Amino acid sequence: MTSITTELAAPQRRSMRKLRRRWLVWAGVVFAMIVLCLPGLWVVLTAFRPNVEVLARPTIWLPQNPTLENFLKIFGLLPQVQEGLPVAQYFLNSLVISVTSTVVAVLIGMAGGYAFARFRFRGKSTLFIAFMLSRSVPGVALSLPLFILWSRVGLIDTPLGLITVYLAINIPFTIWLTDGFFRQIPVELSEAAQIDGCSRWQAFWRVEFPLARSGLASAAIFAFLTSWNEYALASQLSRTVASKTMPVGLMDFTAQFTVDWTGMSAMAVLIIIPALILTFIVQKHLIAGLTFGGVKG
Amino acid sequence: MNFLRSPRAIPYLLLLPAILVILAVILLPLLVSLWSSLTPYVLTRPASLYQFVGFRNYERLWGNSDFWWAFLRTLVFVTVALNLEMVLGLGLAMLVNQITWGQRTIRTIMMFPMMFSPILVGFLFKYLLNDSIGFVNNALYSLGLITDPVPWLVDGTLANLSIIAAEVWMSTSVFAILLLAGLMAIPAEPLEAARVDGCNGWQVFRHVTLPFLMPFIYIAMTIRSLDVARAYDMIRIMTNGGPAGRTEMLWTLIARVGYQNSQMGSANAMGYVSILLSIIFTFYFYRKLADARAFMGGAQ
Repeated sequence: MTSITTELAAPQRRSMRKLRRRWLVWAGVVFAMIVLCLPGLWVVLTAFRPNVEVLARPTIWLPQNPTLENFLKIFGLLPQVQEGLPVAQYFLNSLVISVTSTVVAVLIGMAGGYAFARFRFRGKSTLFIAFMLSRSVPGVALSLPLFILWSRVGLIDTPLGLITVYLAINIPFTIWLTDGFFRQIPVELSEAAQIDGCSRWQAFWRVEFPLARSGLASAAIFAFLTSWNEYALASQLSRTVASKTMPVGLMDFTAQFTVDWTGMSAMAVLIIIPALILTFIVQKHLIAGLTFGGVKG
Repeated sequence: MNFLRSPRAIPYLLLLPAILVILAVILLPLLVSLWSSLTPYVLTRPASLYQFVGFRNYERLWGNSDFWWAFLRTLVFVTVALNLEMVLGLGLAMLVNQITWGQRTIRTIMMFPMMFSPILVGFLFKYLLNDSIGFVNNALYSLGLITDPVPWLVDGTLANLSIIAAEVWMSTSVFAILLLAGLMAIPAEPLEAARVDGCNGWQVFRHVTLPFLMPFIYIAMTIRSLDVARAYDMIRIMTNGGPAGRTEMLWTLIARVGYQNSQMGSANAMGYVSILLSIIFTFYFYRKLADARAFMGGAQ
């Protein structure tokens, strides 16, 4: 009799343990997700609060009077509030600089990635490592000589100066990603097109380019985000409203005499939104690109 | 001319624009920086750029305690942060790997911190850790855990811990996502074989899962070591090296000496040290990655 009950109880106990384990796993995951999301969420909430709520005692956790005032304020659209910083111009600068450098970097990087994926040539691996290492030069350290050089050639405080610098930052990573994506496309496809009478150039644009398009799109988004978020170089190579970008503007904002947390939060939200949307779009390629570009090399 | 028309020239021609940009924007500045580190160049006296003094700037660094403190702090910061991120990332990846329902959503949420640039993360934590109106102090106060505000960014030790916390928050996801991709790519057979042979959970992890994950860990390390210097942005906005230089890292020190004190020669010498440090880190992990990759290729 006793032996029968233990036989029955064993699987039951095991399933109990399994259930408890599953609950523990979920509890851990939920806790981690809260830690990852809460800081960002708090700033988003602050961006929609009036300033009094930030300073209120006891703390007001959820906004009681949500408002768009902070956004209007930083863009100078509220007549009664004096405009502190030309945020609209910063936003425009950021957009122009990021988009231009992205488009050019993807074109140049795609050519390079194709060369690495499809050709054997002398010095290939050395060149590849050299490209990767060029990316590892810290921004601040690079900004010193660039500051000296750019002031001599008149590129300091111009959008073009920053665009050129971001090109150099984005090209190695674009090469790395596109190299991985072109490798996944069988060479036979392009060869077949060439047998059917295409030139290699035509074969590239008609066969390989469309297949690599999603990879190129994610490379473009990475390049855009890097330029959009860059601070160390932008802070030294831009001096005035002519070329200052959003991250530099945010820093200026925090350095101002009066601390305006709601205004800064609104500006932070403006910086996050494009990043949020774009990362969401590429998330699938992001993982695939990073891992397979690296592992299958 | 013949070479340029031959098919052998095609890869070089394709790479030419990329090489030119890197030469102009990375290599040329590095040479300028090397040269100016051998001069007493001060921004306000342009002529001093042409005055060669040999390794005097580097010799001075040798006896500069500020520099050595910043150097040490940077090394400790990078080591502690990268290791913490690796361990936490691995833990998170293994947790998420256990769940089947809703995993895609969780993965998307996990990418949340990756969308923030370092300057934003710095702002985020500066705001959250503010002693009078910050979320953390407010929460601790409401829970009755503290009566006086904790000076997170004002106390030297706490400020260093806060910076590490911000860095870990920002970058643990990179590890978690890459390692999760690695975990999901592990074939089922070796795991089952190990269990059948009587391995316990830890042994399976140690001898099957971990070796398989190694290339992914090195990819993550390579990617991270490429942009670990971006922590400059974060520190710049959170503490700017303060209080009283207690959170000064190489990068903030370089910016201070170069731009605020205009001592470009001396700053470039420090810059060179930090560049070499980054390149060594990246090269090391890249080689490890190449080895791990060769090993995986050989095993297949």
